[in-house]
Amino acid sequence: SITGACRAIQKLTRVRVVDNSALGNTPYHRPPKCIHVYNKTGVGKVGDTILLAIKGEKKKALIVGHKMPGPPMTPRFDSNNVVLIEDNGNPIGTRIKTPIPYILRQREGEFSKVLAIARNFV
Amino acid sequence: SCRISSDGKPAKFQPPPKPIIIDRQKQREERRFLSPEFIPPRGRTDPHKFYIERKDMIQRRKVFNIPEFYVGHILAVTTADPYANEKANRFVGICIQRGGKGLGATFVLRNVIEGQGVEIRYELYSPRVQAIEVLKLEKRLDDNLMYLRDALPEYSTFDVNMKPVSHLDHEEIPVNKLQVRMKPKPWSKRWERPKYNIKGIKFELPEKKMKEAQKWSQPWLEFDMLREYDTSKIEEKIWKEVNEELKK
Repeated sequence: SITGACRAIQKLTRVRVVDNSALGNTPYHRPPKCIHVYNKTGVGKVGDTILLAIKGEKKKALIVGHKMPGPPMTPRFDSNNVVLIEDNGNPIGTRIKTPIPYILRQREGEFSKVLAIARNFV
Repeated sequence: SCRISSDGKPAKFQPPPKPIIIDRQKQREERRFLSPEFIPPRGRTDPHKFYIERKDMIQRRKVFNIPEFYVGHILAVTTADPYANEKANRFVGICIQRGGKGLGATFVLRNVIEGQGVEIRYELYSPRVQAIEVLKLEKRLDDNLMYLRDALPEYSTFDVNMKPVSHLDHEEIPVNKLQVRMKPKPWSKRWERPKYNIKGIKFELPEKKMKEAQKWSQPWLEFDMLREYDTSKIEEKIWKEVNEELKK
């Protein structure tokens, strides 16, 4: 990306879709961008849901890693990673190759299906 | 039988060569390593505060072994994690930065897993860390390897299951004079500028850019006496204190 120090995810941040869904992986002339963060503050951290604009469609997504350094002992990724999700929490893709932080296991109830398709944990 | 040289006369008595005794103990003691977080920062705080902190740090070191390591070493850290399989989480990476003083000393490990760069900041004295193993001892040309974020990913990839490379105690730690190749600009920081003083990058920039970067050099900083902080005497005192306490 061209912007400088990228912090956590907020409106208009360009994100990288990490699962193997068709929506996330087909090339488009515009990168997927966040248009809303489902949070009291407008800033999304790991485990928050956001609304994404991909290929002219609106889709919900779950943040699995961002460039902003978090609390110690948590991983900091080199790109803002996101997993596409339906309204009821079901992931659209079938596999996630990139590593996912262990913190997401805390909310096993909401993200059980996403964690089930993840391969590597960090 | 007496030795006869080529002349036919008996050769002069040559005493056997003296055995060379290398005292390993002495050599080990000669190489002093004081972890940088023991050295107190320059300031007006009461030295007693640092003394109490040092006592706590030594207490922790007696229970848990923190090995000697520098920036550029490849470490494997296992931490206790309630959400991990088997409650323990192992991460292998190259140490790119050591920061903080006292009990809050941290180090950052970087690795590239499945094409994704991951960095984790660990606290040396946190009770959550269960083991720190040094896999490869290797110093680099710089104290801060943050530029690896803008270097090609091959320089930050390390095998998660790599075997520890053996290193003898008395040998000096080798310095890897590797010059890293960078991704095309823009970088997160302008590493060619003299304030970062980086020697471990192979700059493939045109001469004009390198000369332009030198415009930001501040050669007077080297001679600024107010910025001097000579730690040699403080280090010696702390080294003696820490050694005595550890031997108890």
